[in-house]
Amino acid sequence: MSYTQGVKDGLPIGLGYFAVSFSFGIAGSNFLSWPLVTLISMTNLTSAGQFAGLQIMTDAAGTFIEMALATFFINLRYSLMAISLSQKVSPDFGTVKRLLLATGITDEIFAVSMAQKSVTPIYFLGLMTLPYIGWSSGTAVGAICGEILPAMVTNALGVALYGMFIAIVVPQMKVHKPTIFAVAIAVALSCAFKFVPALSCVSVGFAIIICALVASLLAAALFPMQLEDDEGGAK
Amino acid sequence: MNIDAQTYVIYLLVMAGVTLFLRAVPFILLRKKLKSVFWSSFLAYVPYTVLSAMTVPAIFFATDSRITGISALVTAVIASLLGGGLVTVAVVSCLTVLGVDGLLLVL
Repeated sequence: MSYTQGVKDGLPIGLGYFAVSFSFGIAGSNFLSWPLVTLISMTNLTSAGQFAGLQIMTDAAGTFIEMALATFFINLRYSLMAISLSQKVSPDFGTVKRLLLATGITDEIFAVSMAQKSVTPIYFLGLMTLPYIGWSSGTAVGAICGEILPAMVTNALGVALYGMFIAIVVPQMKVHKPTIFAVAIAVALSCAFKFVPALSCVSVGFAIIICALVASLLAAALFPMQLEDDEGGAK
Repeated sequence: MNIDAQTYVIYLLVMAGVTLFLRAVPFILLRKKLKSVFWSSFLAYVPYTVLSAMTVPAIFFATDSRITGISALVTAVIASLLGGGLVTVAVVSCLTVLGVDGLLLVL
């Protein structure tokens, strides 16, 4: 349960984060200068939440309330993970340490933590070190590349983040059939917000909230998931 | 850059503040597990519904032409069904856009 053991366990997450946040940096470079895009990653350390946030920021119709609601809703799952992790941490994990290290509660870091017998503050700090560095530096490199690479290449890189989202959703649809239902509802609603004229006035952030809220509520009501002992929900 | 500095800072503070709140407050205060099957299922579905709602139809408009965007979605789903990981699927979708763009140039 040492710092170095945490760093070792965090290496694969850090490498993966570099790739994902590289795509986020590319996406952000269309709207913001690279330091501003990187600052989002350094202060948030979330994937879907940041991307939705970026879309709201750059949407002329976006509002601060919408940003707060979308961030709250999309990142609500971290609260669930925080509750599960809370029971796993060692007794010396005090309030101040929890406040300082809470940013490290991401899907992947949570999953690795839950596989440990007990989580000490110093191990958790080690575990989140490389993912944090990978996430921040990946964003910076991606945003800088987005500013200097030729248009044809950045055009192609524009789909990278969506490709990663697909790579997260499709495997779950393969192993858990009700997720297909949930995804189908979300996609159908999302297309409706884009293509049905009466609905297209709804701004991006609220559209995402409504799609995901309705699809998740329906899926949870019709196909409740088995409660797992240690996992706080999705990976 | 199409938003001013002050607007950016407020957006950033809202985003970061809400995110930290969601992580830190339950981590510090709540020591009990969520017992409700319904609400834990709901939260477990959220990441997938959020990601799919953000991807479709936005991916169709992520490139200069609808054809490349749709092609990228198709190849990404196929690559993912075949077991490709995050980076593989992302690379496949980017290469699809480049390939289809090249093809359109030739035609």
